[in-house]
Amino acid sequence: MSPIEFFLRHHREILQATLEHVWLVGLTMIFAIAIGVPLGILVTRKPWLSKPILGGANIAETIPSLALFGFLLPVPWLGGRADRLAIAALTLYALLPIIRNTSAGISGVDRAVREAARGMGMTDRQILFQVELPLSFSTMLAGIRIAAVLTIGIATIAAAVGAGGLGEFIFRGLAMVNDQLILAGAIPAALLALVADSVLGVLERRLRPVR
Amino acid sequence: MIGAPDVLASSPVRLFVSRMPWMNSQTLPAFSPQTVIEFRHVNYTLSKRELLNDVSFSVARGETLVLLGRSGAGKTTALKMINRLLVPSSGEVLVEGKLTTEWNPIALRRKIGYVIQDIGLFPHYTVAQNISLIPRLERWPADRVQRRVREMLQTVGLHGRTFEHRYPHQLSGGQRQRVGVARALAADPDILLMDEPFGALDPMTRGEMQNEFKAVERHLGKTVVIVTHDVGEALVLGTRIGLMEAGKIVRIYSPHDFVHASDPMAAAYMAQLRVYDEAKGEK
Repeated sequence: MSPIEFFLRHHREILQATLEHVWLVGLTMIFAIAIGVPLGILVTRKPWLSKPILGGANIAETIPSLALFGFLLPVPWLGGRADRLAIAALTLYALLPIIRNTSAGISGVDRAVREAARGMGMTDRQILFQVELPLSFSTMLAGIRIAAVLTIGIATIAAAVGAGGLGEFIFRGLAMVNDQLILAGAIPAALLALVADSVLGVLERRLRPVR
Repeated sequence: MIGAPDVLASSPVRLFVSRMPWMNSQTLPAFSPQTVIEFRHVNYTLSKRELLNDVSFSVARGETLVLLGRSGAGKTTALKMINRLLVPSSGEVLVEGKLTTEWNPIALRRKIGYVIQDIGLFPHYTVAQNISLIPRLERWPADRVQRRVREMLQTVGLHGRTFEHRYPHQLSGGQRQRVGVARALAADPDILLMDEPFGALDPMTRGEMQNEFKAVERHLGKTVVIVTHDVGEALVLGTRIGLMEAGKIVRIYSPHDFVHASDPMAAAYMAQLRVYDEAKGEK
């Protein structure tokens, strides 16, 4: 049976797993952005928080993903359901590039622009929302893009704790020494990553401020 | 008589004060409604470096005070105290008779136009959006904002509607600086602060801008404080010139007195200008 035949025969299951995968990654990204962007802004406002916050995100990044899923297993509410557990772990991974790029984008705003804004009597809030954030959207989006691609890859490992997604095929394939099963998980995951990367890349270029 | 404007020299208030030795202007500059900006023994220390040392002066309504000095003399530091971007370590800065620390900083800055050398136009805003920034923050009605933008573009010599929709990166350096001035004037502030406003321009454009700005300034009658290291600019634009060195105001001159000053530093500045005269003489 050729891989194409295999794909055609099992397209329903593959589609189902892909949707689960997108669901995991989508929720992760929503949480990671909701947490990461404010933390990134906070880092630029309170420089002394930069070490603990970026350091913490860095440490999370270095934990092997399989180990992180294991670590979170005994956590009361999270350990109760595989998808919660997976999303929590994936969010921790996605945080670092988002925090780092948000703060880099804001710090990268021209000093003269910020000084003019302050000198003309804009409040801190107005400077943040009307100047700093619009001017750092593209850098922030670059971070979100890295985080999305990363998450799509690591999410396959979430199948190890039973969270579903495309990793399901890969683990089954590994266990049964069946290349076609592995490919049925790996190919859609790679395609998802490519699609996310190019869509976000286009957005990032479109939002890049003119100089 | 540091800080006493010429118009007041013979006013009753002035005469009254000058007859009271304890109210000598050296110790306590006389308050007058004409005084818009006043520094009283201002010191500013940043990480043990003294950037301003006992600076006292005042600026009267409609005057243009130029702070002239070399880099690091404290000119910009002094300027930033007027719109409370900096607060004195000791001493007082008053704007319209009120301590800057008593002003709401946002309200204070909104009534003071601010132009800096790097301009700081918002790259993501069009020219019209840049100019109308403060009027929009102050919630002027849209049609008034639009009229004001056109008026300001005229004032700074950018004619033609095409400018409104351009972005800063589509303008030349001189045009950008004009937009910077237009933006600072848009909300019709009483006071205008300018930090090396024409410093980044080529000499030809700079000369043009100085002359045009002088005409605009005469017309609008704002109180202006300009920081520069360019003597020519100081003489063209200033109604008074405050010479600064190492965090102190050496003296405040009228342009006429500055040209003839015997003070070595003022003379050194004038010597710079004479180089040009000599070059002209040789031809």
